[in-house]
Amino acid sequence: MPGTNSSKIISVISRQAPYGSNRAHQSLDIALAAAVFEQTVNYIFMGDGVYQLLGNQNATSIQSKTLVNALETLDLYGIEGVYVDSQSLTERNLKPSDLSLVTSIVSRDEIAKIVQSSDSVFNL
Amino acid sequence: MKFTVVVHSAPYSTQAAASAYRFTKALLEQGHDVYRLFFFGDGVHNTSKLTVVAQDDTNWQQQWDKLIELQNLDSVVCVSSAIKRGIIDEAESARHELDAVSLSSSSQIAGLGQLIDATINSDRVINFG
Repeated sequence: MPGTNSSKIISVISRQAPYGSNRAHQSLDIALAAAVFEQTVNYIFMGDGVYQLLGNQNATSIQSKTLVNALETLDLYGIEGVYVDSQSLTERNLKPSDLSLVTSIVSRDEIAKIVQSSDSVFNL
Repeated sequence: MKFTVVVHSAPYSTQAAASAYRFTKALLEQGHDVYRLFFFGDGVHNTSKLTVVAQDDTNWQQQWDKLIELQNLDSVVCVSSAIKRGIIDEAESARHELDAVSLSSSSQIAGLGQLIDATINSDRVINFG
């Protein structure tokens, strides 16, 4: 690994539903890679990205990997900052209890603060 | 300032990769440093050397290749994105017993760790697509 190992705050904003595009998986890959390299990771779900967190997903019938199974392992990678945009849930008639992992439900203002405090943001 | 440019989109489908190319060129013209180019997802298609375009069209893969060579840029292609899209270097070709190599020699295949390293060591990381 070239360069320095200083720890930075990397935020990943995931805004796409789990299977229509590869963006949800790419967000996850970046978040996990950042965690493996011991960076501080904020993982933020907004817009259709909140659908990634629903339980009872099964993607085997579309020959894909079930994304939520991987998302449930985030804490094993030391990713503790998992945030969900409250407004996005409301717009989609979803409740925090519909989500299959423990997250912080936050306002847009709080997301803005997280972004502001980040060294780098990946918006997928 | 030290920049890393991340390309998420294939050429010809959307404007994003072309914008990334022109942005990278503009950075260099203004005296900034490009720490790394990182091609991710469909962006890996920008690094194929097996492309042919009509005479009045721009060969974006060739444009990238020339820019990377000329400016001696560090250009990395995400391995998991690349090999499933047929962007194959000599090592992957040998490992998987394939009969072709498609990656431009100016770029190299590596893991996502190179994107995180770039994020740590760049002042700005700019994503296209």
